[in-house]
Amino acid sequence: MVAIGTIAPDFELNSTPDQKLRLSELRDKKIILAFYPADWSPVCDDQLTLYNEMEKYFAKHNAQLVAISVDSKWSHLAFSGDRKFHFPLLSDFEPKGDVARLYEVYDVKTGECKRALYVIDEKGVIRWHYLSPVGLNPGADGILNALEEIDNFKIIM
Amino acid sequence: MNQLIPPVNTNDHIYGSAALELVEYGDYECPYCGRAYPIIKHIQQKLGDDLKFVFRNFPLSHIHPHAFAAAVATEAAGLQNKFWEMHDIVFENQKTLEPGDIFYFAKSIGLDLEKFKNDITNNELQSKVEGDIESGFRSGVNKTPTFFINGVRYEGDWEENTFLQYLKDQLMETSISGE
Repeated sequence: MVAIGTIAPDFELNSTPDQKLRLSELRDKKIILAFYPADWSPVCDDQLTLYNEMEKYFAKHNAQLVAISVDSKWSHLAFSGDRKFHFPLLSDFEPKGDVARLYEVYDVKTGECKRALYVIDEKGVIRWHYLSPVGLNPGADGILNALEEIDNFKIIM
Repeated sequence: MNQLIPPVNTNDHIYGSAALELVEYGDYECPYCGRAYPIIKHIQQKLGDDLKFVFRNFPLSHIHPHAFAAAVATEAAGLQNKFWEMHDIVFENQKTLEPGDIFYFAKSIGLDLEKFKNDITNNELQSKVEGDIESGFRSGVNKTPTFFINGVRYEGDWEENTFLQYLKDQLMETSISGE
């Protein structure tokens, strides 16, 4: 994975069929980047459903969740609508997996993103990352600890 | 290894006083929790006084729109010392959790309905449910139900035979190390 302490590589991907989202537009917020293998698959479903409940807790830390897979923008639209997700699903579709490769979390064997998390601070610096076994839902405790650590560090400074 | 944060304490609903401690994070509208409910009941019957069971709320409100209110209703029943009665009747009827149903359950288990009606609008009970949810996030709850045995997340299968055997094995270990 991309090293902690480095600037998160910038990218732009479709967040809806007619809108694009550029990572650097989200500066001034902490970003949780959640790469996941596939829309509709069982573990991803549990994981994203869990994160959907956390909006309030993420907002408390001035953090925004952004999820990324190689699925098309139309699959994302249907998946997101069905599950009522309150965060963007970005489509790393063409060139396929380009952003996942940039973040060193592309699985060439399956042609999907690995299940991986990055937490990026308000200045765009990667502060935490985690690569989960693909069949396991990593939960949210690691993310919460990372967000808290960033906030606590600021108080010390 | 995920640890239960915070450990079981006086804010929890605790059934039994044994050393072997099973904690469930559950959602009253979740079909998997509904399936786990009779399994836990059987396990409680089989282990009797050897098991302490604790239930913490983990309603997934976006996919289960009645789950949060059902959780608050059980907490309100708890104020009348009938938490477990409400917990049971809600799980036994988890497909009908409209407000009218909840009041019907409250009446069936003999709650003071005026008090119940006031208590379910009580912010403290809402905060208690939210506190359970936050503790779940911190403890690494990643789906419902998620179980913790003696403070450690249980990763195994919760079908009755496997789960009961695992708990029995834990019981053996606890009694050996306790001597």
